[in-house]
Amino acid sequence: MPATEFTPVASLLGGALIGLSAAMFLLTLGRIAGISGIVAKLLPPVNDKKGIPLSMAFIAGLLLGAPVLALLTGQHPEQSVVSNIWLVVIAGLLVGFGSILGNGCTSGHGVCGISRFSVRSLLATATFMFTGAVTVYLVRHGVSA
Amino acid sequence: MISILMALVAGVIFSLGLMISGMANPAKVQNFLDVAGQWDPSLAFVMIGAIGVGAVAFRIAGKRSKPLVADTFSLPTRTDIDKPLLAGAAIFGIGWGLAGYCPGPAIASISIGATTTFFFVISMLAGMILAKFTKRLL
Repeated sequence: MPATEFTPVASLLGGALIGLSAAMFLLTLGRIAGISGIVAKLLPPVNDKKGIPLSMAFIAGLLLGAPVLALLTGQHPEQSVVSNIWLVVIAGLLVGFGSILGNGCTSGHGVCGISRFSVRSLLATATFMFTGAVTVYLVRHGVSA
Repeated sequence: MISILMALVAGVIFSLGLMISGMANPAKVQNFLDVAGQWDPSLAFVMIGAIGVGAVAFRIAGKRSKPLVADTFSLPTRTDIDKPLLAGAAIFGIGWGLAGYCPGPAIASISIGATTTFFFVISMLAGMILAKFTKRLL
């Protein structure tokens, strides 16, 4: 497994930008910048037609981040992805299903929910951090590793 | 139209935040969860930065009757702790640990171009559709 460098300053700064985006979404549009919710608005069965154009615009913005960064700084984000495609497909299903069943993901519960002191979000965040850590432990340090 | 522009700009800022913080790198996320191994605490600093700014925004929102370019605040109102919340979060966490991707970084990473990202996003969308139909039955 690739080691990564601890980047407290860049991560704090990038985190503040994520907070700024959530602040903007909240104070201008009155909505929670939870990515799973924003994405799921576009998927069947559709039940909030009004939110569709905003969801599409936000997702377009997400897709533009990497090109904008390259344009501004000439930098491309470093990535080291899991190579086992079946593992990735299963992970995607679990992330998609779990985030909608639990009404939120890292941004909706983790960032926005905790920012507004929601107990539901705090518990959800603690839960997914715990199962995430157990999963990584089993994959990297379990019997098969 | 101003609301569309706001959503677009918010999306770009969110994505830049993910890239700059290193959260678009699945290995960095997995290393945060790997407390017993190559622990990288960076994700905690991302949360501190985001929640620090977010908490101020929610305080301001609490004092306003309506947002700047919309008619009402559409915020969650539920406070009950139910099984779907905890089961969903637990399932989400397993997938997050397996791939190191959650919805934001995965979608923002499509433009970086790894084939794996593409497969992850397609199956994530399928999982979301499945959950939306499942919730109708609950």
